[in-house]
This record gives sequence, structure tokens and C-alpha cells, in this order.
Amino acid sequence: MAKTVRRTTTRAGNRSRMQEAHDSFVFARHFFMVVIIAIIIVLTGVIITLGPLDISVAEAYQALIDRFYPGYFNVEPLTSRVVWNIRFPRIVGGIMAGIGFGVCGCVMQAVLKNPLASPFTLGISAGAQFGISLAAVIGISVLGGPYILIGNAFLFALLCSGFIIALAAIKGATSETLILAGIAVNYFFSAMSQLFKYFADDEQLRLMTSWGMGDLSAFSWNKIPLILVVFAVCIPLLMHKAWDLNIMTSGDETAKSIGVNAEHVRIFIMIISSIVVATVVCFTGTISFIGLVAPHMARMILGGDHRFLIPASGILGAVVLVAADAVAMNLIAPTVIPTGIMTSVIGVPFFMYLMLKGRRKEFWA
Amino acid sequence: MMIQLQAKGIVFGYDSSPILKDVSFEIGPSRLVTIVGPNGSGKSTLIKCIDRILAPKSGNILIDRKDVTKMDRIDIARNLSYVPQSSDRTFSSNVFDTVLMGRRPHIGWLSSNDDEDKVWEVLRLLGIEDLAMSGFGELSGGQQQKVLIARALVQETKVMLLDEPTSNLDVWHQLDVMNIVSDLVKKRRMTALMALHDLNLASKYSHSIIMMKKGKIVAVGDPASVMTPENIEAIYNVEVAVRSQSEEPFIVPIRQIKSNGSRPNTGERFFSSRKKRSRLPRSLSEIKEIKLS
Repeated sequence: MAKTVRRTTTRAGNRSRMQEAHDSFVFARHFFMVVIIAIIIVLTGVIITLGPLDISVAEAYQALIDRFYPGYFNVEPLTSRVVWNIRFPRIVGGIMAGIGFGVCGCVMQAVLKNPLASPFTLGISAGAQFGISLAAVIGISVLGGPYILIGNAFLFALLCSGFIIALAAIKGATSETLILAGIAVNYFFSAMSQLFKYFADDEQLRLMTSWGMGDLSAFSWNKIPLILVVFAVCIPLLMHKAWDLNIMTSGDETAKSIGVNAEHVRIFIMIISSIVVATVVCFTGTISFIGLVAPHMARMILGGDHRFLIPASGILGAVVLVAADAVAMNLIAPTVIPTGIMTSVIGVPFFMYLMLKGRRKEFWA
Repeated sequence: MMIQLQAKGIVFGYDSSPILKDVSFEIGPSRLVTIVGPNGSGKSTLIKCIDRILAPKSGNILIDRKDVTKMDRIDIARNLSYVPQSSDRTFSSNVFDTVLMGRRPHIGWLSSNDDEDKVWEVLRLLGIEDLAMSGFGELSGGQQQKVLIARALVQETKVMLLDEPTSNLDVWHQLDVMNIVSDLVKKRRMTALMALHDLNLASKYSHSIIMMKKGKIVAVGDPASVMTPENIEAIYNVEVAVRSQSEEPFIVPIRQIKSNGSRPNTGERFFSSRKKRSRLPRSLSEIKEIKLS
């Protein structure tokens, strides 16, 4: 963007000291976006090399590019197969899940005006877990075949948040009401899942528990297009509301006075973000840490402008999730630790570091 | 006289306890008008009804003869700006970004250089350019109030509404904020309508004063005609002496008066959701005693 080449001046003829400070802040924001995109590209190359088959970073990139420009590099078929069929889809899945959780965490925190809000505040994970339990224990499901669990998770996740959004639409959508309703619904569906657990046999129990831990192994190329379509529709819709979200953090009354219908925007954001999270969560299970913390990391570095904050939260979410997943895969290989566990184990110390070092002190004022 | 802002028969509240009962007034261009009245008299509610933050049950609000009740939110924001008492600070932005929000009614997704220049111009006008990169939440109360006024200013409206802009400020900043608003009214020919608790500030700066009690306008006019001991006693239940200070009435509170059984905010109304906090100044006799001892 052409922010740095502007030639607007003060009456004295020069840009003031503060304007220059602002210019460099705007430049830093853009620069940071470029840096985190670069990090995710480098990370992808590095993580592809991890595993039983030895692949160098260069070979990894060559194998990736080879699909689009065949014959340009000399890539071994085995390397190509391992990269494209085993390692890369999992990374792409991780990136998408990270983006989904990060973006939705960011917008949920903004519309609920609460630093503790996350994509799961509206009870999505409890709902999805209930759907899984229902399918695993009683065998009730909406879709058959390989989608028996996923279909249920998706449906019940949406059912849960849909209930709260409907409540908000009817009774008035203040952030406090929504958070309270979300917590209540969370408890209810968790209790129902516990009940199923109590009666489940060993195999059913394993199925339920492993989903609850959060895992990226369900991603394969045939599922990624579906998520891509949902993202391609929903994330631009969320980005489109960036200005309104900026303004809503000042409070609903202020938002209204500047021309933003806070209640409508809140409900719109919750519907869209529920669809995104439900789509991701039914494949991955609950990976709760990313959606809470990625937006805070982005906010600490970038400040409060959601035009930058939303994409940065997504990409930072992807970075943390993919990095954590790589550790989870390789730490005690061949045993794979569930991703959800590893994200918290790695992410929490990093987050603590940012909290202690962060320059934005007003952050939880 | 040309009419800039007009309210006709505004009613707000629930059937059992209406908060505004048929409020009407007219304000010309380039005027500073304050609304005074006891806690719970409906000052802030009236301001919010005019900006349609609250939806009045009936009545019309006209700006330049255009009906606000028929406008959408963006349109209202282009015609009316609102300065709240304070702002939510959970995720506050820096001062520049906070003020830039005021351009929302005029811009799309990207802010243009023109918009940013307008923000710088207003920051300079209010003398807060140096704070541009500070976090809003790190500022003092007076600075925050100026930022909120700056945000309303970049909306470029003819009418500005302010909800008790001096209530959290020390006396220096109270005068500072009132001078800023007064200057804007003079130099930019804006109309400012503000709810205010401080009767002396209201007398000193207003062209006209609207006095309210229990959701009704009880007196309207220039400060000298409205700020009489009789009026103030009638609506506040406080005995006052009114002096003249450089031709403006200056109010000295003397003592509370026991009302004749119809005091507001007691008895069954205790359970209504109104604010009960009394902000009455200490009586003069009390102050004398402290001095003597």
C-alpha cells in the first residue's frame, strides 16, 4: 500500500514528528504481515523434512513446485509421494485450522468485548463433542459412512451456537448475556457427554476421548476443498466488518453513534464465525488454545486495528498450530502426541513470554 | 430564526415509568445549549434519544428539517455526532486509530489520505497531536475526553451531542473541555447540545439552558432567566444564592430542603433502576463550620 510515499504536509511544509511516527507504525504493521507469511512458508518447508524418510528443505520445496511445473526439477517419485500425500496435507490442514481458530477467536473477542472469549465461547466444542458422543455410543448420526462422526460434530456444533444466537436475536444481544448463555450451554452439553462417557464401553470411550484432544490426522486432500470453500466465503465477510469491529470495541452506544448497528454486526459475526469454527472443529476436535491466544499475540504486536488484526490472528494461529503439530509428530516418534495437547504445552510459555515482554500495558485494562 | 435541531413530542420509557414525557424544543445554528436537572431527570436519556441510540416511543427529531427517525444509522452519524461520558477500554486502540473511527460514516474499507489528514488536523486543533501514538487506555480522564471530542469532530456534523463531558474531570480540565466546545460552536458554527451537572459551567458557557425534572422540560431560556433561586429550589430541592459573576449567574448552594413528601428516588421507586447517587455539593453552612474549627 502506498502509505509510505504520501506527500501530505503540515502548514510548515513537513510531516510532523508524530505523523512520521505514525507512518513508521503503519509500515511496521505491513512489514509484520509479510514476516509472518514468510515464517509460515519457511516453516512448511522445514516441517516437511521431519519424519522417517530423509528429505532436505530444498527437496521439499522442489517437490511442492514440481506439481505445478513438472520436469523443472529432478524430483524422486518417492519423495514426491511422501511430500504430497503424507506430510503436506497435514501441514495444509494445520494451517487452515490455525487460520480458522485464530480469525474466529479474534472476531469473537471483539464482538463480545472480552479477552477471555474464544471460538468456543458459544458452546461449539461442547456441542460437537456431544454430537460425537451421540454417534459413538448410540449410533445416531445424520450422515453415514466415513462422515458419521464429522457430520454429527458439525451439526451439533452449529445447533449449540445457533441456539445462543437465536436467544441473542430475540432477547437482545449484549456481550454479557451471550457469554453467560454460552457458558450455560457449554455446561449442559458437557454434562450430556459425561453421561454418555459413563455408559460407554472401551472402544466408544477411546473414540470420544481422542476426538476431544484435538488432532490433525483427519486431514486429507479430499476434505480440504470443502474447508477452502467455507473459508473463501466466510473470511472475507469477517474482514469486511473490520471497521465495525474496531468501533464496537468502544462500546455499543459509541458504535451506534458512529453509524454501526452493534447488535446486527454482533449476530452476523457470530453466525459466520460459528460456521467457520464448526467446519474446522468437526475435523480436528477441540484445539482450544489457538483461538484464545493467537488474537492476543497479534494485538500485542499490531495494536487494535482489525483490518490487520484479523489476518494476523489467523496466520499466527497457523504458525503456532503447525509448529506445535510438528513437535507433537516428532518428539517421541513414532508415537504421535495429540496436537491439542502440544499446542498448549508449547504455546503457553511463549504466550507468557509475550505477556511479560509486551509493550502494550493497557491490554487488559 | 433558522432551526438546526428540533425535537417534537419525544416520549421514551415504559408505560409504568416513562422517562421522557413529551419533550419538545428548537435550537438554532451556532448555539451552545445545555440540559440541566437532577439525577434521573432524563438528561442523558434525551441526548441518547436524539441520536437514536435509544429509540423513542413517539416524537420526531429534525435536523435541517430532515427527520432523524427516518434515517439509517450511517445517515444519522453523518448529521449528528455524540461524545459519550467515557469509553470502553478493554481493547482500546491508539489515539490516532480511535479518532479515525469517527470517519466511518464517510469511508469504505480503506481510509484515504484525506481522512487521515482530517484526523491530524483535528488532533492539532485540540492540542493532542503528541498523544497520537499513545494507547487510549493510558491517557488521563481529560485527555480521553478530548480524544472522544476529536472523534466526534471528524464525523463533520453540524450538531454535536455531549453526555456530561466534564463529570470525571478536575476543574482545569472542566474549563478546558468547555472552552473547546465553546470555540467549536463559534468558529465552526456548530450546534452543541450537552447534558451537564455543573450549574455554574452551564451558566458560564451556554447560550440557552434547558432545565428538566422527571422527564419534562420545566424551564428554557438564557442562563440569567433560567438560573433563578426559585427554579433551582423547585427542581433540586436545594436552597441557593445566585450572584452575578461578570454578567453570568453564579450559583452558591446553601442547604438541602426537605421536600414535602414528594421527594424523588425514595419509597417504592427505590427498586426502579434509576441511579440514586446524589451529587449535591456540600452545603455552605457545613463549609463554614469546617473553616471555623
